[in-house]
Amino acid sequence: MSASDDLWILGIHMTKFGKHTDLDLVDLAAEAALGALADGGVTIHDMGVLAAGNLMQANAPNGQMLQKQIGQTGIPVYNVSNACATGATALRTAIMAVKCGEAKFGLAVGVEKLAGAGLLAGGSRKSDTNVYTPKGRYGAVASVDGRIGTDIMPGVFAQIGMEYGHKYGGTSFELFAKISEKNHAHSVLNPLAAYQKRFTLDEIMNDMMIAYPNTRPMCSANTDGAAAAVVCTGDTLRTLSLEQQRRAVKVSASILTSDPYDEGCQVLPNVNSLTRNAATQAYEQAGVGPADLDLVELHDCFATAELVHYDNLMLCEQGGAVDFFHSGATWRDGSMPVNVSGGLQSKGHPIAATGIANVWEVAHHLRGEAGPRQIEGAKVGLAHVIGLGSACGVHILERSGLATAA
Amino acid sequence: MTTAAPARIPLVDYLVLDGPDGPHLAAHECVTCAARFFDRRNACGNCGGNAFQQVAIAPHGVVKAFTIVAFAAPGIPVPFVAAVVDCDGTSVRANVINTEPDPDHVSLGMPVRLATYVVGTDDDGTEAIGFGFEPAGSAATNTAEGTPT
Repeated sequence: MSASDDLWILGIHMTKFGKHTDLDLVDLAAEAALGALADGGVTIHDMGVLAAGNLMQANAPNGQMLQKQIGQTGIPVYNVSNACATGATALRTAIMAVKCGEAKFGLAVGVEKLAGAGLLAGGSRKSDTNVYTPKGRYGAVASVDGRIGTDIMPGVFAQIGMEYGHKYGGTSFELFAKISEKNHAHSVLNPLAAYQKRFTLDEIMNDMMIAYPNTRPMCSANTDGAAAAVVCTGDTLRTLSLEQQRRAVKVSASILTSDPYDEGCQVLPNVNSLTRNAATQAYEQAGVGPADLDLVELHDCFATAELVHYDNLMLCEQGGAVDFFHSGATWRDGSMPVNVSGGLQSKGHPIAATGIANVWEVAHHLRGEAGPRQIEGAKVGLAHVIGLGSACGVHILERSGLATAA
Repeated sequence: MTTAAPARIPLVDYLVLDGPDGPHLAAHECVTCAARFFDRRNACGNCGGNAFQQVAIAPHGVVKAFTIVAFAAPGIPVPFVAAVVDCDGTSVRANVINTEPDPDHVSLGMPVRLATYVVGTDDDGTEAIGFGFEPAGSAATNTAEGTPT
């Protein structure tokens, strides 16, 4: 069993993110799944488990619907839903099945149709009832969204960034906009990003305000998309071709956490503790530290969120995220490139696909296949997602050292 | 025709309208670990204890996080200020009210106090009373600047 402790991504693929008018959920999932299988040099008939992630249509048997298009082999299917961490959770589901020996190869898929979805969460206000009657866990007699705070994601994550500013200082509208400026600048090099437009700081700050300080380009884009990965153990990998061994990417850590109790965490979601816990466990499992990372894809669902995760992932000293950003470290030519894919703000955020697409981006660099946006010599990278509720997935990936000396 | 005050009901059950010192918010406090919750509880999310006592929350605090929502779901008037207020160590979710909803009038660290207002009146003439926090101190200054601690 000990030799099987190392886990590998054998094949991985993502679709272009954006608006796919002519492709339905299963089409997108099939494109990603077939792409990952081909990339890994295997077929659906080699797979022993399928984990299918989707959030917005999660009451459907999406994994089985995918099988009907690419191969009904009778293997166990897990339909996975875990907020914005759905993709990472699907990947981890396949990893667990392979790691425990139930399957030789596992396939994880994350897919979402989200183009044109508008604001997520926060219900429209219906007219209040004719006679006030307390309802629900707060005994509310009328709708509270907009009367007692906000449920909309741009507003929730705005407060999360502002809370960091209250605690440590140094934040401003301009600072958050500059983080968005960086990610949009990065997106120009990513042909799979939904938006590849570089914005000036003025354009970002003067765009439509959604929830101060997040303007429209500072919010993740609702898009369609899918991503998939094939995983196997090191024992299995070593029986495959040298080319497969050379291109495989080692999963040095696969961690999933939920939010522990903190004061106020049920008033405003605390995305910090569970991310810090996940990062701590991931660094320990991988035997690497933040200084060893060559690139990071983190969950910038809003510009205000990226800032706090610099700190939560320990890319900087505690409380030092603002100075860290101002140092230029997180630009693609900096010491710790963050979101060189363009991040969720420009690449797009098809929710369940995101957690595997972030892994794809890192893997792409570790394989040296990222083309014009390649981070030269990348050996170790980290992919992070968080879903409110909350769930946090962190994967640390390493370049294969196998079959390199010919 | 009489002019008796209309019946009143709080927007949420944790708003206490008739406290001895005026309206205040109340929380369920775990008797084991003192964690505080505003909703109906099955057990404590921190320690698992299932005994709670009702405690009054300080009717004043400071803004520890806010956003100005400019784009919301249909039927919700914008802009409004959604915030988390630190009331002597207890985090409270509320709107900041009775001030202009712009970054020149709301700031991190701004002192605020509880205020109530009429949300609406039902067919029986009962008034629903909501709450928010209004500026309590000197005029707020600028924007998203943090307050170093």
